[in-house]
Amino acid sequence: MTVAAIKEYIAVPRDRVENFHGKQLVYVSWDHHLLFASPFLLCLPPETPFRELVSGPLGMLLQPDPDAAAIDWQRVEWLKSNQPWTPDFDASLAANGIGHKDQLRFRTPGLNSLMAA
Amino acid sequence: MDMKVAKKKLGLKDKYKLMTRDLGWEPSYHSKDELYPYMNYEGIKIHDWDKWEDPFRLTMDAYWKYQAEKERKFYAIIDAHAQNNGHLNLTDARYLSALKIFLQAISPGEYAAHRGFARVGREFPGVGPQVACQMQAIDEIRHAQTQIHAMSNYNRYYNGFHAFADQRDRIWYTSVARSFFDDSMSAGPFEFMIAIGFSFEYVLTNLLFVPFMSGAAYNGDMATVTFGFSAQSDEARHMTLGLEVIKFILEQDPDNLPIVQNWIDKWFWRGFRVLGLVSTMMDYMLPKRVMSWREAWDIYGVENGGALFKDLARYGIKPPRGWDDAEKAIDHMSHQFMLGLYQWSFGTAFHSWIPSDADMDWLAGKYPHTFDKYYRPRWKHIKKLADAGTPFKNYGLARLCQTCQLPSVFTEPDDPTLTCHRETVYKGEKYQFCSDGCQHIFENEPEKYIQAWLPMPQLFQDPINGDLGEWMKWVSLLDGKDNGDYAGSEDQKNFEAWRGLATTNQ
Amino acid sequence: MSTVFIALQANEETRPIIEAIEIDNPQAIVHRQPAMVKIDAQGRLVIRRATIEEQLGRDFDLQEIHINLISLTGHVVEDDETLTLSWND
Repeated sequence: MTVAAIKEYIAVPRDRVENFHGKQLVYVSWDHHLLFASPFLLCLPPETPFRELVSGPLGMLLQPDPDAAAIDWQRVEWLKSNQPWTPDFDASLAANGIGHKDQLRFRTPGLNSLMAA
Repeated sequence: MDMKVAKKKLGLKDKYKLMTRDLGWEPSYHSKDELYPYMNYEGIKIHDWDKWEDPFRLTMDAYWKYQAEKERKFYAIIDAHAQNNGHLNLTDARYLSALKIFLQAISPGEYAAHRGFARVGREFPGVGPQVACQMQAIDEIRHAQTQIHAMSNYNRYYNGFHAFADQRDRIWYTSVARSFFDDSMSAGPFEFMIAIGFSFEYVLTNLLFVPFMSGAAYNGDMATVTFGFSAQSDEARHMTLGLEVIKFILEQDPDNLPIVQNWIDKWFWRGFRVLGLVSTMMDYMLPKRVMSWREAWDIYGVENGGALFKDLARYGIKPPRGWDDAEKAIDHMSHQFMLGLYQWSFGTAFHSWIPSDADMDWLAGKYPHTFDKYYRPRWKHIKKLADAGTPFKNYGLARLCQTCQLPSVFTEPDDPTLTCHRETVYKGEKYQFCSDGCQHIFENEPEKYIQAWLPMPQLFQDPINGDLGEWMKWVSLLDGKDNGDYAGSEDQKNFEAWRGLATTNQ
Repeated sequence: MSTVFIALQANEETRPIIEAIEIDNPQAIVHRQPAMVKIDAQGRLVIRRATIEEQLGRDFDLQEIHINLISLTGHVVEDDETLTLSWND
């Protein structure tokens, strides 16, 4: 039962990628760094190189965390859809297989200034 | 109370029978199915509507008499409040943030409940529920009106009250409450009754109206206490109706049990999420606090809800499936919300602030296992950033849950250091959730929730297309007035200046 | 046995009602909070019209209680003489 209804009930998703004028949504979150109250929502063209996502919008947003300057991006552990995953920094979001509304997470073991584990 | 009590000619039971049950009739030129077309599709089986009981046996004549008395009492206090500069009796104008949230999110919910009860009063065939739903529909519109009226007194002096209707429709955090009521109103009549009449009214509204309104009294806000308790005097009747509904449905047919249990599971979790912000209103926004959210939960959730579900066990009803996760969240949620509200306060039509050292000590005392360990370090760092002249603003917009529409500020039930991540794919689209409870609700009715109007993704679609300034205009948010830190706000400056005028001869 | 409760606004009208409840329910515990009074009782709480009338010194219709009622729990049984709250457990 997808919905109790008196007749056939088929809906249209509100946030389809076509509605974003050539961009897509990506969610990014830094595990165990809850100064940022929620995962970030970013809206970017799928052609954006992954490196640009990290050095651009994500890097800016992370600055208020006392661990931000100590992140070694070569050693960061990534997850996509909650599974371990390795990005290609020189490839685009699309080429990295990052779809619309995908959730990326990264971990920086050893950095936990504000969070007693 | 100087009402004359006339010598009664009729006892309560006879009067109820004559003035309620005997108002019904059997249709002769249309079938019952034609008159009441929404009675079957949810799968609930009702065999005898006359088994419905109204324990209070309130009839319409008595209803109007007592409601009129409530209104007279209400307006006597509201008038006194307005005539005596009642707003200057507040402990502190910070408190008004809680009222602004109330006005933008909760009062429109009262109006939505009015619409819902008006509708189901029409759709149920039994006279008992028709009358009870009619009374409740009138109650709910009274609540919306008295709340708006009471709070309009603050709009004369303070920011953030001036555009609650636009904000009800457009600002990001009110979609939580709006979608909650839309969800219930787009369900069938029986589900609506379990959603609002039982799960929301019976299990959860005590948490909103009782300790919070008592808190309003403690903070010198007689206007709010008055509308709160005036509304709550109706809630006692609504709660009794909610309990009656569930007993009636369960006693009518054993096949109803799994359907009802599923609705209880769904609507407990939906209600727990929608009322979650009350935790922050109680723990952070009341300058003087009656009790913590945890203490309120222990009384009205654990003790009261526990008694209720123990009682309903004889029908085979089990406590809602999210109950244990809710219990684990209690010591965290007010802090998680307030940290979020502070860092996104550029986008809220109310103020947030960094708790003072004394407030943090109070929180540490009330939350001995969580506050100092998890939350004080974050507040201390945020304080450091503010003191350095670089206050923390998180311009990364939040990931919203597809079901409850709240920002995903919640952590794993068993790991308060890790954000809870849940996702699912439906017909090729990906959807994100804040919790197992919300994911489960989505997966039961995906066609419903894929239509969710999620304010953050909408900001990047037409007509706003990511322009924050345009968005502020669109939601009627006055930058530098309605939003931001309470420290340094117009509300703070005005309140201090006016209070100074009121207590000195300068 | 679970707790039932009734909460009333704290005002001149409810003072005799609360006194009557205390008389009829010696086991009840009265909590006085800002602007309200919450009365807890194990399993069962009975409110009697006659006792209220004695305290009040005038006739009283039990339904008048709605005006100052804040909240309650338990199953409600009401007739002309009594209002009873109870849990079945």
